[in-house]
Amino acid sequence: MNILVCLKQILDPEIPPRDFRVDAEKLEAQRGAAGLVMNIFCANALETALQFRERVGGKITALSFGDETAEEVLRKALALRVDNAVLVTQDFPSDTEKKSRRAEPMLVSRVLAAAARRLGDFDLILVGREAGDWGEGQTGGLLAEELGWPCVSFAEQLEQSVSDPKILQVRRQTENGVEVLEAASPLVVTVTNHEHNVPRIPKTRDVMMAYRQPLTRCSLAELALEASASASVAAEVVALTVPQKESHCEFVAGETLEERVTVFAERIIAVMRSA
Amino acid sequence: MPNVISCIFGWNELDRAAVGILGAGQRLAKDLNGKHCVLLVGMAPATVLDELSYLADSVHVADHPLLGKYHSETTLAGLVQACRSINPHIVLLGNDTYSQELAPRLAHRLGGSAAGDALSLRIEGGIVLITRPVYGGKAQATVALRRAPAVIWIRARAQEPAQRQDQRAEVSPVALSLQADERIRIVSQQTEARNGAVRLEDARFIVSGGRGLGGPEPFKQLQDLAKAMGAEMAASRAACDAGWVPATWQVGQTGKKVAPELYLAIALSGASQHLMGIADAKVIAAINTDPDAPIFGHCRFGMVEDYRNVVGLLQKKLLEMRK
Repeated sequence: MNILVCLKQILDPEIPPRDFRVDAEKLEAQRGAAGLVMNIFCANALETALQFRERVGGKITALSFGDETAEEVLRKALALRVDNAVLVTQDFPSDTEKKSRRAEPMLVSRVLAAAARRLGDFDLILVGREAGDWGEGQTGGLLAEELGWPCVSFAEQLEQSVSDPKILQVRRQTENGVEVLEAASPLVVTVTNHEHNVPRIPKTRDVMMAYRQPLTRCSLAELALEASASASVAAEVVALTVPQKESHCEFVAGETLEERVTVFAERIIAVMRSA
Repeated sequence: MPNVISCIFGWNELDRAAVGILGAGQRLAKDLNGKHCVLLVGMAPATVLDELSYLADSVHVADHPLLGKYHSETTLAGLVQACRSINPHIVLLGNDTYSQELAPRLAHRLGGSAAGDALSLRIEGGIVLITRPVYGGKAQATVALRRAPAVIWIRARAQEPAQRQDQRAEVSPVALSLQADERIRIVSQQTEARNGAVRLEDARFIVSGGRGLGGPEPFKQLQDLAKAMGAEMAASRAACDAGWVPATWQVGQTGKKVAPELYLAIALSGASQHLMGIADAKVIAAINTDPDAPIFGHCRFGMVEDYRNVVGLLQKKLLEMRK
């Protein structure tokens, strides 16, 4: 099975809210002291791919569309022993009309689809269900549309069918519980977090080795997508703010623990009765 | 006249989410001087159709044997055909997982734009603008959906319900031509085990546990407390990822978005991603050893204690008081 995993580099979502600032001009978060990391759901997707390869074999190509800095997430993927790594650089033309540098999902999916077609014959493309920065959750579905493939979303586990190696068995989360599907490749799958796909940590030796491995670079021009990058935006971010919240938590008072718990219980009962 | 479609699925009853979608659709149609069209995908009883006919300007029923059960490819194909027959300016869907996966693909096939998790919606110069949480809830973005049709999945339960209109709208069927898509086959559908009779999204009271509980055992204690309160159980992502409780308990950015009267968070610090899932809770209360835990910043009342000293006692007190 030939697998493509799409990986996005994002601003570390774990930065505490008090250190979080937005750039109201560029309409994005200020980098500040925060690190850049692999989006967690992309890491879950990569882990799913690695486990799948361990069970049934095949090749994994890691693909990222982003700034030069996104090389880091690909190096990490190489350290986890993917077979190939490809970076499509986001060399946007300096467009005065477009304030935000954010690449909208429609463009991202077009770029990923073009890269997927260029790179080879994939049976399966894995993406994270959404990213921790803009949280659009659109890339997987749109990528399937660009390629004309079916799509399974919110997958937590992936197996090869016992009867037919071209059929995948996907366990996915739905509104009402869990669904098991059998899907023919080629297929796009979006991956959600689950206890079985917690990302592994690369070995130190593999991290060092990863920097010596080849990494393919590709520009939008090479994918003949320059025009799309400067095309008008379908859904545009026009404002970005940090909402101000006022809060006044009342900490229950009392001499002893029992008194405090009693007051706490009374407050709960009061809320429940007025509901 | 611009059409606004509120999309409702027949396998759901006309619940709080559905009337929220209808409410948002009704208001947008009014602001656009347009027509509010309800698109019902699948079947619904006559009573529901009757109710719908007073909440919109037209009701379109897209029923087909292949739409009785959700199937990503056939449901999408049916939705695309139905939307094309109405020629919408805006299409609204809820924030259930099905709608979330359908919306971007629907926008792509209709040649429009898509955005999701909309908290509020408004019209400016004929364009729909939405606000949505970004950066794990730390910021809020306003997004202009410039390319029509704008396909938007919304925080359905946070929207004001639709108002009953005086005039009864016409109910008409949508002609669909669908074929089974063999590329994806549903092997099994397991409905999640619930503690009580209601879905977490519709629960009035919720007890939720976090990383601070340290393992699956303490959740049993929390379940006893929840039982005593008549509450449903939830958990943070950390607790679900650790496998302490089922993934279906997860509340937050990528879990369920809940809107209870009371959300009691125990040993749960309240990362912004978790807070995104409880933004619509009326009252939040917490028990945590750390007075600086972010969750307290969102609480009406709280207790700085070790949950181990509190939960059993609290359950006892609540049972006494409820007698």
